[in-house]
Amino acid sequence: MIRPTLKGQRLVALFLLGWLLFNYPVLSLFANDTRIWGIPLVYVYLFIAWAALIGAMAMIIEHRDQ
Amino acid sequence: MLTGALIVVISFLYVGLLFAIASYGDKRADAGRSIIANPYIYTLSLAVYCTSWTFYGSVGRAATSGIGFLPIYLGPTLMAALWWYVLLKMVRISKAHRITSIADFIASRYGKSHLLGGLVTIIAVLGIVPYIALQLKAISASFSTILQYPNNLISAAPESLPFLQDNTFYVAMLLAVFTILFGTRHLDATERHEGLVAAIAFESIVKLVAFIAVGIFVTFGMFDGFDDLFIKAAAIPELNALLVQGGAAGNYTTWASLTVLSMLAIILLPRQFQVAVVENVNERHLNKAIWLFPLYLLAINIFVLPIALGGMMHFPAGTVDADTFVLTLPLSEGRTWLALLAFVGGLSASTGMVIVETIALSTMVCNDLVMPILLRLKALRLTERADLSNLLIGIRRAAIVFVLVLGYVYFYLAGEAYALVSIGLISFSAVAQFAPAMLGGLFWKGGTRLGALWGLSAGFIVWLYSLLLPSFAKSGWLPITFLTEGILGIDLLKPQQLLGLQGLDEITHCLFWSMLANIGLYVSVSLWRRPTATEHSQANLFVDVLRHVAEGSGSRFWRGSATVADLQTLLGRFIGPERANESFAAYARSQGINSVEQVTANAVLVHYVESQIAGAIGSASARDMVASVVVEEPLALEEVMTIIDEASQALAYSRQLEQKSRELEAATNELRTANQRLQELDRLKDDFISTVTHELRTPLTSIRAFSEILGDNPNLETEQRAKFLGIITRESERLTRLINQVLDLAKIESGAAEWHPSALDMREVIEDATTALSQIYKERGIQLTMTLPDGLPVVYADRDRIFQVVLNLLSNAANFCDKPESRVHVSVIAEETALRIQIADNGIGISATDQNIIFEKFRQVSDAIAGKPKGSGLGLAISREIVQHYKGRLWVVSTPGLGSTFSFTLPLPRSKMVFLGA
Repeated sequence: MIRPTLKGQRLVALFLLGWLLFNYPVLSLFANDTRIWGIPLVYVYLFIAWAALIGAMAMIIEHRDQ
Repeated sequence: MLTGALIVVISFLYVGLLFAIASYGDKRADAGRSIIANPYIYTLSLAVYCTSWTFYGSVGRAATSGIGFLPIYLGPTLMAALWWYVLLKMVRISKAHRITSIADFIASRYGKSHLLGGLVTIIAVLGIVPYIALQLKAISASFSTILQYPNNLISAAPESLPFLQDNTFYVAMLLAVFTILFGTRHLDATERHEGLVAAIAFESIVKLVAFIAVGIFVTFGMFDGFDDLFIKAAAIPELNALLVQGGAAGNYTTWASLTVLSMLAIILLPRQFQVAVVENVNERHLNKAIWLFPLYLLAINIFVLPIALGGMMHFPAGTVDADTFVLTLPLSEGRTWLALLAFVGGLSASTGMVIVETIALSTMVCNDLVMPILLRLKALRLTERADLSNLLIGIRRAAIVFVLVLGYVYFYLAGEAYALVSIGLISFSAVAQFAPAMLGGLFWKGGTRLGALWGLSAGFIVWLYSLLLPSFAKSGWLPITFLTEGILGIDLLKPQQLLGLQGLDEITHCLFWSMLANIGLYVSVSLWRRPTATEHSQANLFVDVLRHVAEGSGSRFWRGSATVADLQTLLGRFIGPERANESFAAYARSQGINSVEQVTANAVLVHYVESQIAGAIGSASARDMVASVVVEEPLALEEVMTIIDEASQALAYSRQLEQKSRELEAATNELRTANQRLQELDRLKDDFISTVTHELRTPLTSIRAFSEILGDNPNLETEQRAKFLGIITRESERLTRLINQVLDLAKIESGAAEWHPSALDMREVIEDATTALSQIYKERGIQLTMTLPDGLPVVYADRDRIFQVVLNLLSNAANFCDKPESRVHVSVIAEETALRIQIADNGIGISATDQNIIFEKFRQVSDAIAGKPKGSGLGLAISREIVQHYKGRLWVVSTPGLGSTFSFTLPLPRSKMVFLGA
């Protein structure tokens, strides 16, 4: 049985962070002509932020404390 | 080159493989060794979210708007972070209440409302139809592409063909058969399909592998990796423009609204509800899915932009539909087998979606739309049919065919005017209408049935008007003036510029207006009126589900009677008699009972049966069905309140206990006082006995002394002898009197005295008494006067006793009057309720302290003047006993030196006042 704990609250915080990262205006900071290895910055940014978010979710879920 | 026959054979082989997996999964489930009971299969089944929209459509979308395809996958990622609260709640509630569809969920939340369930079903079916059309279009397009390459790369308009020659129609019908075989082989109360989930999970692997294979081929086979591909693309101006996310605010608005839409879709789409909630084996699987599912989405999206860019660079602009790049790129390079893998991947994506979606929709149509209507039609006498399970399966199969036919019709009418993604977004906007009722219902107790009905209806109408109907208009099935001029030519009613709102894309426009209407009405109508008792109890069960143990809750609010046999027969009608037997046996085991025969029909069993039937026909209908065999006694609001207020009952009980203990304490105190009184009385009795013996001894001593003198001196003078004999006689008389009085008092006090009441004329009694004492008064020179009025009322009393009282008082008065001019006055006064007799003297009087004690036994006024006491000390005590026996009063008023007045009253008979003749 899953009990609402600190994990749930951490995930909600992560949701808010994700919303911030994936939307205007933070997103617009990366929408320019800069390329990394030829790939547009916004494309790289979104995928890295996305992967980081998933990584953070995995850490929160799999982390066994208390 | 691939032939049509080969492709068809491969398709059927693939479908055959899926069947094998499904039946294996079912077999394992029946054996109790589920293969889907792990978080990885659960996550893969959630990936049914990725349909041919993702597989083909994302590439098409990327070819027109660059990175604009991404919000559809970022939204679910964000939502996954909220699953911990949202999805967990939905799973718990659905398991506790056997909820099998989103329509059932919403209907159940708002008091098991048929109307609401029906409305949600209609919105879901109409909203999902374009989505199904999208899959049909994708399958038929992929089929013709792979078959006809390199010809006909821009798909032909289907209107040119009658539907019987249109392969899309056959695809739809094949899918219907496929779904029926998969999803409705038997009825299960929980509506879970383990085999199906296993097949869907397998399909999710196939489509991911196929897409990534194509992506790797394009990126690393046709180009030299990502950098090479992007650098080459940047060299082409039109492609370069795609690579930079547009800076215009409008783009960000679209981006945000697509993110919101997909966030809602991931929990509200009927097929997502089916796999995430209904097919969930263990809520702990949700844990891993929270991060594994977004990972799947990330993986399947990495190569979308490379494939889109590769296709656009490879094919001259406008020659190949970007939605088919996944197939056409391998084909153009001669990689037939890769193209075939991609085709199978696309087939997986489409079939997975169609199967799960139509199963979910057919459950809704059957449970929340058709069955409630059929059960209400009395003419069908459905409630009397023995076995309804075949009928239920029949309805579901018909619903599957119906939904697919609708999908085909939409594809036929409007499919060609839109790219895949745009069609899908119409569906997303429709299911987003469930959000206020659903999420509001999960977290806000105040939402009511009417609020949900109004909100849903309004949102649905706005969606219909601003998104669905325009899609028909764009296909030419409605006059295009509907779009450009609005209905009846009113500018403000232009479907995609409502009230003149401009500058938004059609999806954002619809989302804004429909949510405004939906949320606005949901909240305001909900706040308009207080929720009913049912709504309130359901709201508590749903909103607080994480707080209390869900199992069996709700059954307490029920009271009625039913027989076990009736309930079992009822259950058998919906899920088949054998399954009903098994179900009852399982219930008996869960209750710790050996056999079904020993099961008693109580609230728990009725709740169990209701939830089992709810799995087959929906909660609202299940309630009606159970009510048909259960004589349910209506539960008044006060009774519900009583149940709820059990805590306060306990409080009242403890208060009663407190009260009792206080009473006990008081009783103990009383007992203690009584005990003290008893001890006091005991002491008084001892005193009395010693006093009596003392009083008896005095006359006895003098009698003995004088008798001895007489005996010792026989030759005493005659005069002397007579004097001594006189003393002996007087003392004997005194002794007799004393003993008589003691006996008298004892008799009166013990209640053993005999009373002979008769009508009494007080005047006569007093006259007799004064006559008896007149000699003594004369001797002592006391003047006796009387005031005896005529016509005195009669009293009822024992004449001798009252005579005794009067005599006693008169002789007392005489004893205490030794002045030269003594007077005693006797008077009788008739009062309202009593007769008062007063005997006043002008003797020595009685001091205030003595006034209190003279009525006690053997207490005499210690008379300094008189020297020694003159009476026995019992006269007044006996007199008071006698007066009190007749409910009268005896008292004294006295001033020392001036005289005393003794008075007593005798109450008059209450009913009749008898007057003696004047």
